[in-house]
Amino acid sequence: MKRRSLFYRRMVEYVMRGISLLVLGISLGGMGWILWTLVTHGISVISWTFLTQPSKPYGVENAGIANALLGTLYITTVATLLALPPAVAGGIYLAEFGKETKWGNLIRFSANVMMGIPSIVVGLFVYAIYVIPTGSFSGFAGSLALGLIMFPVILRTTEDMLLLVPDSQREAALALGMTRCRATLSIVCKSARNGLITGILMAFARVSGETAPLLFTALWSNSWCTHFFTSPTANIPVLITEYTTNSPYAAMHAAGWGAALVMMAGILVLNVGVRWLFQE
Amino acid sequence: MSMTIEREEIAPATMSRRVPIRERGSVALAKERKIKIQTRNLCFYYGNHQSLFDNDLAIEANKVTAIIGPSGCGKSTHLRIYNRIFELYRGQRATGEVLLDGKNILEPEVDLLELRRKVGMIFQKPTPFPMTVFENIAYPLRLHFRLSRSEIQDRVEDALRRASVWEEVKEKLHTSGLALSGGQQQRLCIARAIAVEPEVLLMDEPTSAIDPVVTLKIEETVAQLKERFTIVIVTHNMQQAARLSDYTAFFYQGKIVECDRTEVLFTNPKERKTEEYITGRFS
Repeated sequence: MKRRSLFYRRMVEYVMRGISLLVLGISLGGMGWILWTLVTHGISVISWTFLTQPSKPYGVENAGIANALLGTLYITTVATLLALPPAVAGGIYLAEFGKETKWGNLIRFSANVMMGIPSIVVGLFVYAIYVIPTGSFSGFAGSLALGLIMFPVILRTTEDMLLLVPDSQREAALALGMTRCRATLSIVCKSARNGLITGILMAFARVSGETAPLLFTALWSNSWCTHFFTSPTANIPVLITEYTTNSPYAAMHAAGWGAALVMMAGILVLNVGVRWLFQE
Repeated sequence: MSMTIEREEIAPATMSRRVPIRERGSVALAKERKIKIQTRNLCFYYGNHQSLFDNDLAIEANKVTAIIGPSGCGKSTHLRIYNRIFELYRGQRATGEVLLDGKNILEPEVDLLELRRKVGMIFQKPTPFPMTVFENIAYPLRLHFRLSRSEIQDRVEDALRRASVWEEVKEKLHTSGLALSGGQQQRLCIARAIAVEPEVLLMDEPTSAIDPVVTLKIEETVAQLKERFTIVIVTHNMQQAARLSDYTAFFYQGKIVECDRTEVLFTNPKERKTEEYITGRFS
């Protein structure tokens, strides 16, 4: 037998390792660059007042972003509450009962299509079916839009996480005389718990930065969000858009950068915190 | 060290139980055999592929019956019909009869929850649930029985003792079952299965993922358990079948080639295929 050249095999190894390191460098560098830009532009405006006072028109003293922070929290939380029950139920159905069935494939296909819908289209849709009939922009309309975006993401995550649970767990549960429902909820979902919570919080973090759907739904406001269902509601993504692109004043630009930095920090903490809390 | 002593204590006891049976002769034996499970013309299909062919097998009550045979011969498939666990998967179906105490469990009106309480199962890999050691046993127990808190505690301890794992886990009852070693997990699963008072225990290669020392412990446990349960064990390990079982069935290509008392099958097999397999002249 003729031996293969070791030199050639080693070269392939070195080249592949080099490419991997390069790609790693690019992605880490990109993230570092983004963070660095946010910090250099935004850090100067961060202060206790900035984090605790509501936003105010240009020139008014002691303006902040607290109302927008709370608004984003409300809108995203309500969106999660709306999307979660049907999405998790659908994910369970797909993983446990709808494998290779006509209905299952149809639901999976629809969810994939839904995930591909541009978020601005979702915003327009909610504008047409909810904002116009009710006659008012509102935080709840924003929640509807974000919920529609979250739904397919959580559904598919749930399915994927449940499919990671080995069939031996299902068999063990059924072999003890559990019903299928009991086995699914108490054993399979419990096994997949960490993955499920991680997936849901990731979806939460993902949509909390969505801007386009909120432009048509929650819009924007300088007041605290006391009328979540009936009035425009302040939120961070639209605040950033307004301050950095539609305002001629340098102070507003800086406040926009500050808001972006705060949001980025929040999502980073959520991401890292979730991974740290629920690591296997 | 202590283990080998225990083992020696058990071996003669098992032997002494067998000796009188042998002396009584096969006619007397046939009369006294209490059959727990009887399969008739049992066939099994994975979709259109038939993998079991007319299996006729009698499983005697309170005995250990071993199922041996080469990989893919249908041993596990056969075992998994006894509690209808195969129904979890689409396209798998069984035809024929499996009589448990004379009642065909393949009938559609059979209550699966009750069947599976009566027929427990241990799997190849340990399958502890993601909960504490205590809850692993208490949870299924509470599903089947109305018990007070102290009764549950007693039952959990009793099951763990019978599965010979109590001494090792009594300090860890409230830690996760997943944190135990593989051998402890498998005995936890045995405890979980026997806690709900089944009548039959199915064991699907229960020691194939377990080290030899713990394998011996599990075998001792099985030897003790047969006083209360009817045990059917699928094994790749012929020494294990010889050590452990009263009866052995040899499967080949989905058919039962031979079933007999273990000492007869291993010393004086009737079929050439059986002899080839147990002597290792077989691919």
